[in-house]
Amino acid sequence: MSSTPQMPIPQEKEVTSTRMILTMAAIGLLAGFLIVFTYRTTLPIIEKNRQEYLERAIFEVLPDATTKKVFIVTPDGKLEPTTDIHTKAPKVYAGYNAEGKLVGIALEARGQGFQDVISLIYGYDPYKQAIIGMKVLESKETPGLGSKIETDPEFLANFKALDVTITPEGKIVHPIELVKKGKKTHDWQIEAITGATISSRAVTNILRKSTEKALPIILKNLEVLENSGTATSKTTG
Amino acid sequence: MDTKQTTSMDEFLKGLWKENPVFVQVLGMCPTLAVTNSVINSVVMGIATTFVLVMSNFFVSLFRKLIPKQVRIASYIMIIATFVTVAEYIIQAVSLEVHKSLGAFISLIVVNCIILGRAEAFASKNTIGKSVMDALGMGAGFTFALLSLGVVRELLGNGTFAGIPVFGKGFEPWTIMILPGGAFFVLGAWLLFFNYLKQRAEKKEKVLV
Repeated sequence: MSSTPQMPIPQEKEVTSTRMILTMAAIGLLAGFLIVFTYRTTLPIIEKNRQEYLERAIFEVLPDATTKKVFIVTPDGKLEPTTDIHTKAPKVYAGYNAEGKLVGIALEARGQGFQDVISLIYGYDPYKQAIIGMKVLESKETPGLGSKIETDPEFLANFKALDVTITPEGKIVHPIELVKKGKKTHDWQIEAITGATISSRAVTNILRKSTEKALPIILKNLEVLENSGTATSKTTG
Repeated sequence: MDTKQTTSMDEFLKGLWKENPVFVQVLGMCPTLAVTNSVINSVVMGIATTFVLVMSNFFVSLFRKLIPKQVRIASYIMIIATFVTVAEYIIQAVSLEVHKSLGAFISLIVVNCIILGRAEAFASKNTIGKSVMDALGMGAGFTFALLSLGVVRELLGNGTFAGIPVFGKGFEPWTIMILPGGAFFVLGAWLLFFNYLKQRAEKKEKVLV
């Protein structure tokens, strides 16, 4: 480090505790101001980004939808329309086409992955009784292996028509299950990604648990969702 | 005036090459190994670290006469942590996807020893101008090093450059390269290369003398 010119270190002075505390407090105060200021300035942009990301995902998993409405699940198992996007209650996104007809429902689900929680969104068609699309919203799976659950086209093709037929009692006839690549024989099976079995299984489990819980509620309240569509092709969102 | 300008430039250049934080000082190994699995990640990490370096060097240098020696490390860490938090919010606002792919490593810039190292070894003893130049140089050197790893790893491990496929369909990705193991291989190869260059230059110098 001989190339870096250094100033002579000033002679050591007695420093009082008060001065040390004051210095630290002053720096802390400035730091606090700066962080809160940045947080305040960026928060609306970050929330907008998140909302847009979710919105894009909803229309991605419900390809036929042109508008959507948000519903919350009430504690007694009913669906209520809501405009409050910050609500903590579980949300259901109903997608409608231009004529105001219900074309599918998007649901968020999350669960443990290989490294961290995976959160995803999937589209459900109540008339076909099938999952018609799936998109991973957030995951920290191994890059290049587990992360393929987000990108692998063959894996994602599993979710274009995944059978989740439900009995009138609210039970799924064939729970979603994972099979090895090339072993898919039924519509309710998901083909695993070679080398990413754990992540594939995680997605399968998340979907199975979520469908078992949410689909009976949706089918019970299907009329509410069907009657909420408005036949306007002009407004979106 | 003229001499001062050359020294500022020297402060900048030394970080880029002669005292490159990764290839010469071998500092900041955690982000170097962890986030260089793609070109985009490397660039963002490099820029974020440079931003934190410049801001922390600036403030450490500004307050260098006010901060008592006994609490200096605590004060530097507070300054660094503040700007890391600021950087994290900014990255989230710019692109949610980039923030997601870097994950925890943005917060971990706090413990990147390049930053505390420059604050203690340089900014606390030098003027603001020189400190900022030093930070810019170190930041650029760090970004250059991350890119050297990121380009090789993404190209071999995924067959792409910044997400754009480079090779034809027949290319079988060398997956190990984007996994942690690949980071060590590539870093080792680069260190070998840079040390070879250094040795060769030293030999030449000896011959000339």
